[in-house]
Amino acid sequence: MTQRVHVRVIPRTGLLDPQGQAVEHALAALGFSGISDVRIGKAIELSVTAESPAAAEAVVRRMCEQLLANPVTEDFVIEADRR
Amino acid sequence: MSRIAVVRFPGSNSETEALAAVTRAGGTAVLLDYRESSLGGADAVILPGGFSYGDYLRSGAIARFAPVMQAIQRHAAGGGAVIGICNGFQILCEAHLLPGALLRNAQQRFASRPVDVRIERIDTVCTTDYSEGEIIRIPISHGEGRYAADPATLEALEAEGRVMMRYVSVPGSDAPHNPNGSARDIAGICNASGQVVGFMPHPERLAERVLGSDAGQRCFTSLVGRLTAGATT
Repeated sequence: MTQRVHVRVIPRTGLLDPQGQAVEHALAALGFSGISDVRIGKAIELSVTAESPAAAEAVVRRMCEQLLANPVTEDFVIEADRR
Repeated sequence: MSRIAVVRFPGSNSETEALAAVTRAGGTAVLLDYRESSLGGADAVILPGGFSYGDYLRSGAIARFAPVMQAIQRHAAGGGAVIGICNGFQILCEAHLLPGALLRNAQQRFASRPVDVRIERIDTVCTTDYSEGEIIRIPISHGEGRYAADPATLEALEAEGRVMMRYVSVPGSDAPHNPNGSARDIAGICNASGQVVGFMPHPERLAERVLGSDAGQRCFTSLVGRLTAGATT
């Protein structure tokens, strides 16, 4: 069955994220207060044919390790829809 | 005669300059398509600058899986010479032929300008015709050139003398000290043997006197000289 899987790829904590910094400054300029540690990454969605959400997540984990994320600079979170 | 392949990926844009620089240096320059499964007898490979696969996902992330990369992996594993310039450096990092990664410039802007770099290691495949510590001015042209690696990798690179090129500030120069926020001002690195090298600046774009400087040309005379010497010994 087809599983919809959501992947979030986020720059690793501790690495400078200039996009996040710029957006944080822009939010402050708009008057939003109490904002900190804005980080900008990528969202990837894909459909995977697999037995279960867990099986789909396992396949996508391998995709992340090989291509979707760079293990040197990025962390990732995988979540399959559970319906 | 040394035969040097320059790979063209979809989105490469500096292969013509690299081919011309190799030819001027006395090598046989061959354009190599990214779909090839062998290097066609080349003694060395250059991965040129550009925006392979539109820089989709991450710079170099998709090019890394192009068919020609398997042949390049074998060539490098066998001690062969591989040079990655700009996008080529990004591809070598993605392919784990060199450690670390190149991230978005710290100032969030594409940087296209001359920079001053110090040649820190002269026994690599493309720096033998420079002198140690020599500072040259060559252009950069990248949006994602901020070199990053974990602290242990950075320490190892320094300890093993594998930082081959570093951004420096020259008194009176208008060039920025570090144009992209790279860790330890790193502009280029190499593997342990100096046979696999990667750097962000573009020596092939400032390699003819008519352009006002040929500071980059010795990168290619070094390569041809090394290959020729290797063939005769």
